[in-house]
Amino acid sequence: MLLIEDLQVELAGKLLLRHVDLEIKPGETHVLFGPNGSGKTSLLMTILGMPGYVVKNGRIVFKGVDITNLPIHERAALGIGMAFQRPPTIHGLKTRQMAAICAHGRPVDVEELASQVNFSRFLDREVNAGLSGGEIKRSELLQLMAQDPDLMLFDEPESGVDLENMHLVGETIAHLLQKDKEVFHANGNSIADSRRKRSKMGLIITHTGYILDYLEADSGHVLFNGILSCPSNPREILRCVAQNGYQECVNCMVPLSAHLLEELPTANAD
Amino acid sequence: MAEQKELRQRAEAARAKAAAIGADLDMSQYEQKAETHQSLSEAELCDLPAQERQNLLLSGVDVSGKDRGGTFIMKDASPLHCSSKQEGVEVLPLKQALEMHPWLWDYYWKLVEVDADKYTAAAELDLHNGYMIRALPGAKAIQPIQACLYMDQDNIQQNVHNIIIAEEGSELHIISGCATGPHLEKGLHVGVSEFFVKKNAKLSFTMIHNWSEGVSVRPRSVATVDEGGLYLSNYVCMRPVNSLQMYPTCHLNGPGAVGRFYSILVGSPTSDIDAGGRVILNHPGCRAEVVSRAITNGGKIMARGHLVGNAPGIKAHLECRGLILDGGAMLAAPFLDGFVDGVEMSHEAAVGKIAQEEINYLMARGLNEEEATATIVRGFLSVDIPGLPPQLQAEIDKAINATDEQAM
Repeated sequence: MLLIEDLQVELAGKLLLRHVDLEIKPGETHVLFGPNGSGKTSLLMTILGMPGYVVKNGRIVFKGVDITNLPIHERAALGIGMAFQRPPTIHGLKTRQMAAICAHGRPVDVEELASQVNFSRFLDREVNAGLSGGEIKRSELLQLMAQDPDLMLFDEPESGVDLENMHLVGETIAHLLQKDKEVFHANGNSIADSRRKRSKMGLIITHTGYILDYLEADSGHVLFNGILSCPSNPREILRCVAQNGYQECVNCMVPLSAHLLEELPTANAD
Repeated sequence: MAEQKELRQRAEAARAKAAAIGADLDMSQYEQKAETHQSLSEAELCDLPAQERQNLLLSGVDVSGKDRGGTFIMKDASPLHCSSKQEGVEVLPLKQALEMHPWLWDYYWKLVEVDADKYTAAAELDLHNGYMIRALPGAKAIQPIQACLYMDQDNIQQNVHNIIIAEEGSELHIISGCATGPHLEKGLHVGVSEFFVKKNAKLSFTMIHNWSEGVSVRPRSVATVDEGGLYLSNYVCMRPVNSLQMYPTCHLNGPGAVGRFYSILVGSPTSDIDAGGRVILNHPGCRAEVVSRAITNGGKIMARGHLVGNAPGIKAHLECRGLILDGGAMLAAPFLDGFVDGVEMSHEAAVGKIAQEEINYLMARGLNEEEATATIVRGFLSVDIPGLPPQLQAEIDKAINATDEQAM
């Protein structure tokens, strides 16, 4: 389980996250909405443990371990992984080697994983070198598949992906998060059984909500000016934002958390 | 004979001549006389002490001769072993070769000036030996020839002269490992090498050098490449060295000739390295590439590169990239000289540090900070060298991996 309590985070002296409470139970996938610059990526980076994101208040607990001050690789060892939106190029390191690093000694069939995300022809290329937006997404998915973490963070997995590959990306994420289309298997397990056995946790940033065409998220949240609010049905949030913009989220939040919003300027809906 | 006399006279005149670049070494501090070592058969080579064999292996020289088309090993001043298993490839100690083949005198000191500096002069006046490796016309030597110049006697000055000839249409790959014995604290290696790549021939020369902290090195190499030929020179030096200065030059003397230099350097705190490559493109369609990757962790490295475009339609690129990891100095000096219309030459040079963003990315995949740094450094140093046989690329990769800890 991931548990975040009253999290406040600064980057370069600027308060980015003001008040975040979040709980993701094993088997759950949550979706994060919010306008540009609202702190969504910062929240993922803070969970991941990226240096620079300074926790001023609150704590993050994962699998019962307080990870608030753990370095990145120790969080990775506990089972936290991320699909980056704009990862750096690593010169001289082939994606094939990177996948082996992700696997951390576990035997994985890199060729097979690559073929699943249509990435075979890039395996011997330097990590992220000269890749298009959609290719980077598939490279990140390949690395996550090899890493097989229990909590997966996705930063806008749909951005830059063409229609043809959206399907592939969507299905792959659903599979990673154990949210594949459910079909009755002849092995005797009921669908309810397999649901109970789900252990993977996911947190997905999305602007478009396309990802919801491929998996059912358990909950959605809106992050607005550093405040996480409105835990509810993700499709409902998406429809509401599409119709009313994020301004409505402010209107809705004011009576609930006026004390947190006192200093906020009037926000623009976008 | 008159020519030989003239060479000696020119060398005599240059006996005290300082080199154009690099620290001016006092050669009187080194011992010129070397004990004689008995030559050894392949079986006897395999009986060498384990540490010596290991030192050789680190330089890519396998005394068992496995996967090698031929072997030349010189210890101090004595050729220890010389053999060729490949038809069409001749491997001989240079002194013997000059006696056997009078025509070889036409190649001797034809590319390197005997009076260039006191090091070339020493290689003429007090020559110990060296090798001649020659691929006959059309010979395709699949297996690399290994050549090793080993310094064992403390404080020795080893004077070497090598001549390498790839005759018309031939293909020849040489791995040249230099190493020092475990008890050697100080020494000077002077190595003159002259490379002749004839029409449509292909020659690759891969040097993996394992010197030690007290050893200074002065290679003096020049290559000439005829029409359609390829000369590929790789230099890997990742172990500590005292003063190393080399500026190998390649003359592209026929249409479509190609010259490439790749250097992979690590500068330890004792090291003062000044290394580069110079290619002179004299005919249309000539191509050249000079690539250098250098890391310093306390040493001084000067990476030089020089391209000279003398004909239209040539294309050449120069790349010097350096990282300063833990003190020291990293200097890059790329030069481009274009003398006619229609040349295309470019360079890129960068000196920097490891990007924190890359370390974070690898840590998010589970590596700790040290492992992430090592992975990035290894990646930085690993250069794909087109045209190099896979087993030689593997030797270079092995050298990079073996010296990983030292690079940190």
